Amino acid sequence: MNIISVISRLQVVIVVCLIGLFLVSCSNGHGHSHGHSHGHSHGPKPGGSLARTEIVWPTAEEITDVAFLKNYNTRLVVISATCLGIAAGIVGAFLLMRKRSLMGDALAHSTLPGIAVAFIVMVLMGGEGKSLPGLILGATIAGVLGLLTMLAIRNTTRLRDDVAMGFVLSVSFGFGLVLLGIIQKMPQASAAGLESFIYGKTASMVAVDFYLTSGIALCAAVATLALFKEFTLLCFDESFAATEGWPTLWLDILLLGLVTAVTVIGMQSVGLILIIAFLITPPAAARFWTNRLSTMVLLSAVIGAVSGWLGASISALIPRLPAGALIVVVTSSIFLVSMFLAPSRGIFARSWRQRNLRKKVDRQHLLRGAYEILEANSFDSEHVANRSFSRAELLAKRTWKAKQLDRIIKAETSFDHLVAGPSGQLQLSESGFGEAARITRNHRLWEIYLVTHADIAPSHVDRDADMVEHILEADLVRRLERELRNRGASIPSPHLIPASTENPATAS
Amino acid sequence: MNWTSFDTWIVVVGIVTAIACAVPGCFLVLRKMSMMGDAISHAVLPGIAVGFLLTGSRSSLPMFLAAALTGVLTAVFTQWVSKFGRVDRGAAMGIVFTTLFAIGLILIVRAADNVDLDPGCVLYGAMELAPLDTVSFLSFQIPRAVLSIGSIMLINIVIIAALFKEFRISSFDPGLADTLGFSSNKLHYLLMTMVAVTTVAAFEAVGSIIVIAMLIVPPATALLLTRRLVPMILISCGVGTIAAALGHYGAITIPGWFGFDSTSTSGMMATATGLLFVLAWFFGPTDGLLSQLLRRRQDLEEPEALRSVSAPD
Repeated sequence: MNIISVISRLQVVIVVCLIGLFLVSCSNGHGHSHGHSHGHSHGPKPGGSLARTEIVWPTAEEITDVAFLKNYNTRLVVISATCLGIAAGIVGAFLLMRKRSLMGDALAHSTLPGIAVAFIVMVLMGGEGKSLPGLILGATIAGVLGLLTMLAIRNTTRLRDDVAMGFVLSVSFGFGLVLLGIIQKMPQASAAGLESFIYGKTASMVAVDFYLTSGIALCAAVATLALFKEFTLLCFDESFAATEGWPTLWLDILLLGLVTAVTVIGMQSVGLILIIAFLITPPAAARFWTNRLSTMVLLSAVIGAVSGWLGASISALIPRLPAGALIVVVTSSIFLVSMFLAPSRGIFARSWRQRNLRKKVDRQHLLRGAYEILEANSFDSEHVANRSFSRAELLAKRTWKAKQLDRIIKAETSFDHLVAGPSGQLQLSESGFGEAARITRNHRLWEIYLVTHADIAPSHVDRDADMVEHILEADLVRRLERELRNRGASIPSPHLIPASTENPATAS
Repeated sequence: MNWTSFDTWIVVVGIVTAIACAVPGCFLVLRKMSMMGDAISHAVLPGIAVGFLLTGSRSSLPMFLAAALTGVLTAVFTQWVSKFGRVDRGAAMGIVFTTLFAIGLILIVRAADNVDLDPGCVLYGAMELAPLDTVSFLSFQIPRAVLSIGSIMLINIVIIAALFKEFRISSFDPGLADTLGFSSNKLHYLLMTMVAVTTVAAFEAVGSIIVIAMLIVPPATALLLTRRLVPMILISCGVGTIAAALGHYGAITIPGWFGFDSTSTSGMMATATGLLFVLAWFFGPTDGLLSQLLRRRQDLEEPEALRSVSAPD
């Protein structure tokens, strides 16, 4: 039985079951949920809610105000978002290189118990409980503990980075919830707003937040750049670095410590999700444009800065657009554009190159097929005559579809390699014949090379030759030829040519 | 502390959630996709927002469907970004879920004037309240969460059991699975659908953190204790069950030591899974830190004795 059809049928069954089950459970639980939603009867009519939320476009004056940072509050938000973008872009580039992009996610979640403990300690000491430096200290300590746990799991068990991150994320966040549950029952202080430490409070940023955020972000950026060489080594060849005597463990801890600093500081000012995105998306976008780490780090910082600036500015211009979410959307748009349009690694560029290669390979297959037909029809393999042949013969040469073959024939005709022969038949032109002879020769050369030099079994050679031959350059082929001539070898095909087994020119 | 039937139901909900999550969770951990639960639980926000804006109701079915669909889309987009863009899968996951979350947040905030939808309240169900919401099933009054998550649990077990061989091969050797004629890609999406549906159904009832924890930590604990797949699945179900019971018991007793009432049950269950993981990490029979240490000492003793004899000092 075909397993794929079983799976797809199973999926249908599952969906139907699920819908049925939930219809049952919902209709049964209706009494309850109705009572619950009763208080919200002022909710919207179906479908009408989006229509009433048109965007109020800003005037030109407002735009220049924001662009030149005239408003004090706007200035704080925009500048600190930009600084964070730079710092996260730089640090995140190394995380991406180490395939640990989600580290920011895990670290950000693992700070919750630290925040809760810091709050409890400050309240018990008679303080206010929500003092920012105290909470940041608690968050940082918890973050460092989280990252040490991750490194310990990675270094002492068989578990991978992703499991270590998931473990630290879920268990410490759960523990944080336990502590928050206790805090809510503490009589001394109200814990309201403690969550905003994790979810950010961009709009209500004050001067202290601003200096703290921008200052720490820029320090982290400078520290990362100062250790650029060491971190590069760590990213590309950890074991080489270790054998050269570098303290790789400490470098790792240092790098992740910088990530923790950026995460904690970014989380409390612009929110958890934004800082995760800031650490991942700009480096991933920058990666499309370059193969050099230094360029990538620079580009990633620029992309982070631009999206921080642009997102925060748009959020200041249009009411009711949260800055953090908007910055994420801007970053992701830059990522999408890079993914499709980047010159060499972008999707369009790569599929264009693949398409051209495929076309070239198809045309070479056609010419070689034609040449082998002619070869089979002539008495002497040294003097192959350029006669006409039918489309059916070509079709039998390879496993190509009729439509595909017609397309290739058309392409070859436009290259003047193929002309219409008598009575609906096809014939190679003068240049086409020469090209076909050359391609067939190259192919055989390559096959012999694979058999004699690369120890590939003759029965497998046709396929391997097909794969590599189209990519070989002309002078490499010439070198091969020379080498083979020195060995006194002629260039017959080393294996039976399929569909023309009676061919006298082929030696098996 | 007095244990009531209420508490028993909470533990039952916890156990059902644990098993529903641990079964697909084992394969997530083996495929190095542990962060998928976290990604999906953030990424479903736009689905919830759109489901709400389109229907205008808070009834669970449309929201559930929209959220589950968004969860599956998260997996699909992640796969696309990492395959077509050649981006590391973790990074792809991060990009996709943060973007979806941001879009969901913008949708909700833009509609906030006339929509009463608190993301926190939609995303984080309260486990303590789960037994209050009951349905009658075969003339018994049972919590709705037990019915909904329990059915998901059964479906998960049936799918994994029916396609066990295929899941096993495609988890350990996707190439072999493809050559044997069943698409590892389709199995991947089937698994992702299971994870998305489980995540959404469970966090609607019991909160998201426990789902994320139960997806990863029990399978990781089991992986520390065994190297075989079937025992791994069984152990992770066991670990989840123990953690659920221990978690709720802890949530209502431990705060009492400090003069408080009780605390978050789902948080405590997540903490309990962590505790069990640490136990397995330190004291596991073959791969535990302690036995590693002992083995190393044993290995060292003999050669050292020899070296002290032959050392020229």
